[in-house]
Amino acid sequence: MWSLSHIANEIHRWLNDLFNPTWALIIEMVMAGVAVIGLFAVLGLVLVLMERRVAAWIQIRLGPNRVGPFGLMQSMADTLKLIVKEGLTPDGADKVMFNIAPFIAMIVAMLLMAPIAFAKDFQLWDLNIGVLFVTAVSSLMVVSILMAGWSSNNKYSLMGAMRSGAQIVSYELSAGLSIMTIIVLTGSLQVSDIIHAQNNGWWIFKGHFPVWVAFVIYIIAVTAETNRAPFDLAEAESELTAGFHTEYSGMKFALFFLAEYINVFIVCAIGATLFLGGWMPLHFGTDNAFNQAMDWIPSSVWFFGKTFFLIFLIMWFRWTFPRLRIDQLLNLEWKYLLPISMINLLLATAMAILGWHF
Amino acid sequence: MFITNYIKEVWGAVKSLATGMKRTIYYFTHHKEIITQEYPDNRDTLVLPERFKGEVVMPHNQDNEHRCTGCTACELACPNGTIKVITKFDLTPEGKKKKAIDKLVYHLELCTMCNLCVEACPSDAIKMAQTYEHSVFDRNQLTKILNNPGSKIMEGVE
Amino acid sequence: MYRQTEIVQEKSPGIVGESGEFTINVGPQHPATHGVLHLVITLSGETILKVEPHLGYIHRSIEKMCESLTYRQFIYVTSRMDYLSAHINNHACALAVEKGLQLEIPPRAQVIRVLMDELTRVASHELWWGAMAMDLGAFTPFFHAFRERESINDIMEETCGARLTMNYMVPGGVMQDIHPNFQRRVKEFLKLYKQKIHEYDELVTGNIIFQNRMKNIGILSPEDAVSYGCTGPTARGSAVSCDIRKIYPYEIYDKLEFDEVLEEGGDSFARYMVRIREMQQSIRIIEQLIDNIPEGEFQAKTKAVLKLPKGEFYTRVETARGELGVYIVSEGGTTPYRIKFRSPGFSNLSVLDHIARGSKIGDLVAMMGTLDLVIPDIDR
Repeated sequence: MWSLSHIANEIHRWLNDLFNPTWALIIEMVMAGVAVIGLFAVLGLVLVLMERRVAAWIQIRLGPNRVGPFGLMQSMADTLKLIVKEGLTPDGADKVMFNIAPFIAMIVAMLLMAPIAFAKDFQLWDLNIGVLFVTAVSSLMVVSILMAGWSSNNKYSLMGAMRSGAQIVSYELSAGLSIMTIIVLTGSLQVSDIIHAQNNGWWIFKGHFPVWVAFVIYIIAVTAETNRAPFDLAEAESELTAGFHTEYSGMKFALFFLAEYINVFIVCAIGATLFLGGWMPLHFGTDNAFNQAMDWIPSSVWFFGKTFFLIFLIMWFRWTFPRLRIDQLLNLEWKYLLPISMINLLLATAMAILGWHF
Repeated sequence: MFITNYIKEVWGAVKSLATGMKRTIYYFTHHKEIITQEYPDNRDTLVLPERFKGEVVMPHNQDNEHRCTGCTACELACPNGTIKVITKFDLTPEGKKKKAIDKLVYHLELCTMCNLCVEACPSDAIKMAQTYEHSVFDRNQLTKILNNPGSKIMEGVE
Repeated sequence: MYRQTEIVQEKSPGIVGESGEFTINVGPQHPATHGVLHLVITLSGETILKVEPHLGYIHRSIEKMCESLTYRQFIYVTSRMDYLSAHINNHACALAVEKGLQLEIPPRAQVIRVLMDELTRVASHELWWGAMAMDLGAFTPFFHAFRERESINDIMEETCGARLTMNYMVPGGVMQDIHPNFQRRVKEFLKLYKQKIHEYDELVTGNIIFQNRMKNIGILSPEDAVSYGCTGPTARGSAVSCDIRKIYPYEIYDKLEFDEVLEEGGDSFARYMVRIREMQQSIRIIEQLIDNIPEGEFQAKTKAVLKLPKGEFYTRVETARGELGVYIVSEGGTTPYRIKFRSPGFSNLSVLDHIARGSKIGDLVAMMGTLDLVIPDIDR
């Protein structure tokens, strides 16, 4: 058994044998921190490469193919370039806020990693209000964007930040309401409970109509929340050059860039957990050869497979659609998504009260 | 009625978005449609059409002879002062003086590849070459002398 | 006259003034202006109060340059004005010189010229379509449009020897005869175009986001289109009939079957649809001509040195962007005394302030896209 939870338990026991429990806990925390930073770096590299490949193939191009075999080292080269570039701070900028903003973006992204179940019984912190924690912390992202936009002393940045503020605050609502649908059906805010509730089938495959609606709304809302096209008004390069990070360069820009991709990963991971069963393998019926074959695939592979499928979906949106205008963006939320998700939640609640769900 | 219109609107919107997504996923999965070339790698197989205007050259035959009489028609035709014909006087075997080119200086950095010099040339002495990689580190290298050293005018070209 | 504006002189570090208005400089280096256009926009929040274009960043004094070049030489410079319809620019100049010389053009040259013009028009509209979608935030159409445009460029490269600035039209005809492969390649292009044209609708035209961005935006009434001097697809989107090919036919356009594309509405979507439908009309013209290129000379006999008689000569043609007028004043010498180009982009840009007031920044970008501005054409 070489599952991730097994390794984690082994390390835990070994550390407790060697040190007293306090030291063991501290060492485990440091290890978790290093692991999260490592995951960040790897995810950044993989997702940037993936984005460029998806874009290239959709745009009938070849994509990165110069650095390394099949261009796999391309994002390494990009990172190296960004590291050696000068991180410029504009003269008129609010220097402290300007320099802190990218780190806040990263810290928010890091905090969001905590309640995500990467594999069976492998989770940094299975707190009992896991989903609430995610929705609460993810709205802090807007703070870093507003800080960056305001402190840059640039009108483009300010407009990008203000747009982003309006956008994230609005779309939080329908994202939250579609998450609520699952919470109502499951009856728990804990991530592990939600996954276990999908033991007999993923929510999306159980045939509940409100779940389908909630899934679609969730995908749209998180695309907007992470400022991805077609909702990339905060950086809208043809209107605001680069929006809130116009004045950023070098590694500080890279942190924003990375935070965007990490946020995409996290919202997709949450989406996979809520709607697609997290690390739960695909099962049909009970106890047949197909189910056993599916069980044989490691749970972490299931989790990352589902997450990357959702990430691909969001990338697919980005390279297909034109951008919305700011008033249309808010119209879509307040006139379409919010009423639909409210009625949807009502429907789901009625189902839960009447006990129609399974 | 309002509800029906609302649902129709949402349905139409979703349908139009799905049409676009169908088109992009087609290209995502069909790599045969890719049209870009891997340029520096295919340099050897890259063939440019014979009329491509890359730079002005003066063809010489195997005896190092060209067809230029030094009439300066190209110099007059050029809109940018790209070509400068420097003539000298050769002595013919009969002892007569005859005009010939000493140097035909060609400034590639000024040339716009308009083909007017080639059109103007009465003796087809210059033509366009299909070269395309012109970048150099020193701009002096862009000033070229088209006639080979020690070259002569071909017999019978007036 | 160049006016000093508030933004240039603004000294206070504050971003927003007391009235809540602020100005923002779009360009000269900005991804949406497709060149070095400089717009000073006065905004109130996201709403545009005023747009003020500043020109001159790519002024190369082409008109003055032409005065020192001979009638054969000055044509190549005009490729650098509206580089996307270089052929048509050259064509206009060649027509003006021919008018002065009273030269009869061989039928073969006329057909080749019209074919090249229409291919250029399709190529220009293809690029516009991609750039337009890119202004609205969709990147993919840009690359898809380039596929068709590249195949036109390949045809140009084979026959004219260059992809963008061809200098193929000369007074009296065309510089070289068409390449033996020309007809086959054009037919291949027509086939490709017909296979792929429905994708334009699937990807962009039918898209609900795109339609919402374009419809009822930047409305230009027919009266305003006329009074601002708009021409080309910009005016035809407001149902102003102004196709020079129909009104003042040159070459063989009067013998060809094609429709002048007119759209009611005058909004961004109407201007968009005019260009999309115009591509199909150009394809129709190419189809009529490609198998019917008459035999004969491709260039009329001209003297080595061209001298225009004393007088004034004006010709106009329909470029991809509108009406291009070439005005030559000759003193009887080998070089023109004065040349003036009436470029379509300049007049079309002047309407931007009028249609953009009261709309959002995102709309301004969409409107600039539908005006199809080529900045070197505006500045010359």
